[in-house]
Amino acid sequence: MKMPLSALIGLILTGLFLFCAIFAQWIAPYPLDAVIGGVWEAPSERHWLGTDTIGRDILSRMIYGGQITIFVALASSLLSFGLGSFLGFLAAVKGGWIDQGVSRLVDLMMAIPSLIVALVVLSVLPINLTVLIMVMGLLDATRVFRLSRAVAMDITVMDYVEAAKLRGEGQSWIIFREILPNALSPLVAEFGLRFIFAVLFISTLSFLGLGIQPPLADWGGMVKENKDGLIYGKSAALMPALAIALLAISVNLVADWILSRTTSLKGGRGG
Amino acid sequence: MADLLEIRNLRIEATSYPPGEPPRDVVLVDNVSVSVAKGKVLGLIGESGAGKSTIGLSAMAYGRGGVRLTGGQIILNGRDIRGMGPAGLRALRGREVTYVAQSAAAAFNPAKRLMEQVIETTLSHGLMARAEAEARAVMLFGKLGLPNPETFGNRYPHQVSGGQLQRAMTAMALCPKPDLVIFDEPTTALDVTTQIDVLAAIKEAIHDTGVAALYITHDLAVVAQVADDILVLRQGKKVEYGPVRQIITDPHEDYTRALVSVRSIDHEEKAAAPAVLSVQNVTARYKGTNFDVLKNVTVDLPAGQTLAVVGESGSGKSTLARAITGLLPPSQGRITFAGRALSGALQERSKDDLRELQMIYQMADTAMNPRQTVGTIIGRPLEFYFGMGGEAKRRRVQELLDQIEMGKGYIDRYPAELSGGQKQRVCIARALAAKPKLIICDEVTSALDPLVADGILKLLLNLQAQEHVAYLFITHDLATVKAIADKIAVMYRGQVVRYGSKTDVLTPPFDDYTDLLLSSVPEMRLGWLEEMLAHRKMESAGN
Repeated sequence: MKMPLSALIGLILTGLFLFCAIFAQWIAPYPLDAVIGGVWEAPSERHWLGTDTIGRDILSRMIYGGQITIFVALASSLLSFGLGSFLGFLAAVKGGWIDQGVSRLVDLMMAIPSLIVALVVLSVLPINLTVLIMVMGLLDATRVFRLSRAVAMDITVMDYVEAAKLRGEGQSWIIFREILPNALSPLVAEFGLRFIFAVLFISTLSFLGLGIQPPLADWGGMVKENKDGLIYGKSAALMPALAIALLAISVNLVADWILSRTTSLKGGRGG
Repeated sequence: MADLLEIRNLRIEATSYPPGEPPRDVVLVDNVSVSVAKGKVLGLIGESGAGKSTIGLSAMAYGRGGVRLTGGQIILNGRDIRGMGPAGLRALRGREVTYVAQSAAAAFNPAKRLMEQVIETTLSHGLMARAEAEARAVMLFGKLGLPNPETFGNRYPHQVSGGQLQRAMTAMALCPKPDLVIFDEPTTALDVTTQIDVLAAIKEAIHDTGVAALYITHDLAVVAQVADDILVLRQGKKVEYGPVRQIITDPHEDYTRALVSVRSIDHEEKAAAPAVLSVQNVTARYKGTNFDVLKNVTVDLPAGQTLAVVGESGSGKSTLARAITGLLPPSQGRITFAGRALSGALQERSKDDLRELQMIYQMADTAMNPRQTVGTIIGRPLEFYFGMGGEAKRRRVQELLDQIEMGKGYIDRYPAELSGGQKQRVCIARALAAKPKLIICDEVTSALDPLVADGILKLLLNLQAQEHVAYLFITHDLATVKAIADKIAVMYRGQVVRYGSKTDVLTPPFDDYTDLLLSSVPEMRLGWLEEMLAHRKMESAGN
C-alpha cells in the first residue's frame, strides 16, 4: 500500500525527534548546564535558537530536554497500556465481581481530576523519575482500562471466543491469543493519543514545578524558566512549546496511518 | 403495448480495492436483458454474489455503495432512466418504483410510529393528502392480513413481530400506488411458518393492486409461488430466462437443473444403537429470569447417528445445545455422555469431556478468529488435546484439510480469504481435529447458498461414515432434516412435542404443530401455496 504524504511527514518528524532523543549526548552542540553566552541572546550562528534566562544554549537544552520528556512519556504510556489493557481484558472475560470491583475502583479514580491527584501525590512523595512514571502511568491506566474493556466486551461475545472456552482454554490463551490480536488496532491508535497526553502531562507538571527537577531539563520546565522573557519580546519560551506541538502532531499523523492500515489488514474488523 | 420495465444489455461495474494491490474494476452484471409487463412478477434468483440485488436496484437506477451502471438501457414507462439526473431520479423513486428490504427490523426507524413511516414517501411526493394516505395505509394493512388495521399504525416497530413488520414495509411500498415494487429477499429472515403468511399476503396484495414486481430471492421454491417469469443468474450473467412453469418443470441449463433438484440427498435411517448422549428431564432458565426456556426435555442420541432438533426461533433448540455444552447449567435433570454423567457447569468437566463434545456454529465468520490462519485454527485442538507440534501437527492439519475436500494451499490463509462454504468446512475440520464422539451442529447450513449447503451436508454424512461421530443437528429447515437425520425431536416453546425415529416422526398422524411445520416447507411446484393455506390446521406462531 502506498504511504500517504501526511503519514510520511509524521514518520520523518517522529523519527527525527526519536533520533535526537536517543543520541542527545552526541548531537547537542553544548553541555546541558554550561553558561556560554549572555542572557536571552537572539538566534545566531553560534546559538541557533539563542540562549536562555542565564545564558545557556537553548538548542542543546531542548535536545536533552526532549530525551527526558519523551522517555518519561513513553515509559508511563507503556506502563498504563500494560496495566490498563490487561485489567480491561480480564474484567471483560471474567465479568462478575472482578469486573465490578475493578470498574468501580477506576470510576473512583476518574472522578477526581488527574492533575489534582498527581499534584497531591507528588507533593507527598519524593520526586524522581521512577515516581513520576509510576504516578502518570497509573493515572492514565484508568482511561486505557475503559477503552480496552469496551473493545474486549465486543470480542468476548464472538463465537470464536466461546469455541475457545468450550475447548477448555485457559484465561491467558483467551486474553492474549483470541482477544488481543483483534483489539490491537484501536489500542495502537489510542497509544499515539495517550503518548501525546503524557507529553502534555509531564510538561504541565514540570511547568508547575512538580515534574522533572533541575539539573535535568525538560520542555515544560524550559517554558517555565523562560516565560518571563515573553514580556520583553524574547522567543526563548516559545521554542520548547513549539517542540511539544510538533511532536504531538507528528505522532498523531503516524497513529492515524497505523489505524487505517491495521483495519484494512487481512480479516480486519468491520473491513 | 410496450412493457413497463425493459432492461437491455445492462452492465454494472464497481471498483475493488484489494489490500496491497492497485484498485481494479470488476464487472458485477454483464449483458443482462429482461422485461416486466404491467401487473406481472419477475423472479430474480441466484446465489449470493450473483448480482440479483444489484439488478433489482438498477430498476430505480440506483447503485449501492460505489456501484456504477456503466452500460445498457433501463427503460421505465417508456424512457431511459439510466442517464437521468438526480432531480429526475428523486421524482421517480418512491413514486413509480418502490423497494422492500430484506430486514424490515433494520429498515424501520425505531423512534417513530409505523403509520408515520408507512405514509412518509406518499406525503413527501405530494401524492395524497394526509387523511387520504392514512386511509389507504389502513386499507393496505387490512389487505395484508395485519391484526386491527385501524390501530396497527399507532404502534412502534418493536411492538410488532418480524413477520408483521415485513408486511408493514410492503404496505409502505404499495402506499404511493407505484408501478413497480422491488422485493429484495422479503421472507428470507423469517421463520418458515411465518414466511408462508407473508408470502401469501404479498402475493394477494400484488394481485389486488395490479402492481408489477421484481422478486429477488435465493429460494426457487419460494419464487415459484409468486412469479410469472424467472431469471436465473450466476456471477452476474444470465443463465436462463423464461416463464416459471418452464423453469420448474423443464429447465434447459445444468445450473438451473441443479437448483431445481437441490436437497435430494437420500439418507437411509440407521438401525437402533446404544446412546452416546442421553438428556433426561432437563429444565433450564437463564440467570436472573424466572421463565423456563427448556421444560423437561428428554432425548437420546445413538452413537454414530444424527438427531435433528427442529423448531422455529425461540423454541429453545439452541438453548438445548447450550445446556449440553455446559454454557447454561440446567436447573433440573441429568445429561449422560459416553456412559458417564456430565456435570452441568463447563468448569467442572474433564478435558476428555470437552474433547469428545465439539460444536460447529451457524456463522462460520464469527466462529473463527480473523487474525489466525487456517493452520492455527485447526492446529490448536491438536496442540491442546494431543500435545502435537511442529511438523506432525502441520501434517495432521493437511490430512484434515484433505478430509474436508479442501486440499493444499489453504493452510496459511486467513478466514477472510475463504468463501462462505470453505469457512464452514474449516470449522468442521476444527471440530474433527479433537476426535470427538459428538458434534453439535447449530444451524450450520442456514447461512449458506443452497448448493453450497448441499455440499456441506454431503461432507457431514461422509465424515459420519468414516469417523463414526454422532451429530446433534439443530435446524429450522425440514428439508435438511430429511436429508441427514436418523432421529428427530420437534421443539415448540421449550418442550419436545414430537420425538422418535425419522420415519415415525414424519409419518402421519401429526400433531398440529408438526403438521404446520411440515406443511410450511415450500415445495417446488405451482399452486402449492394456495393448497397449503387451504389445508393447514393451526395458525403460525408469528401472528
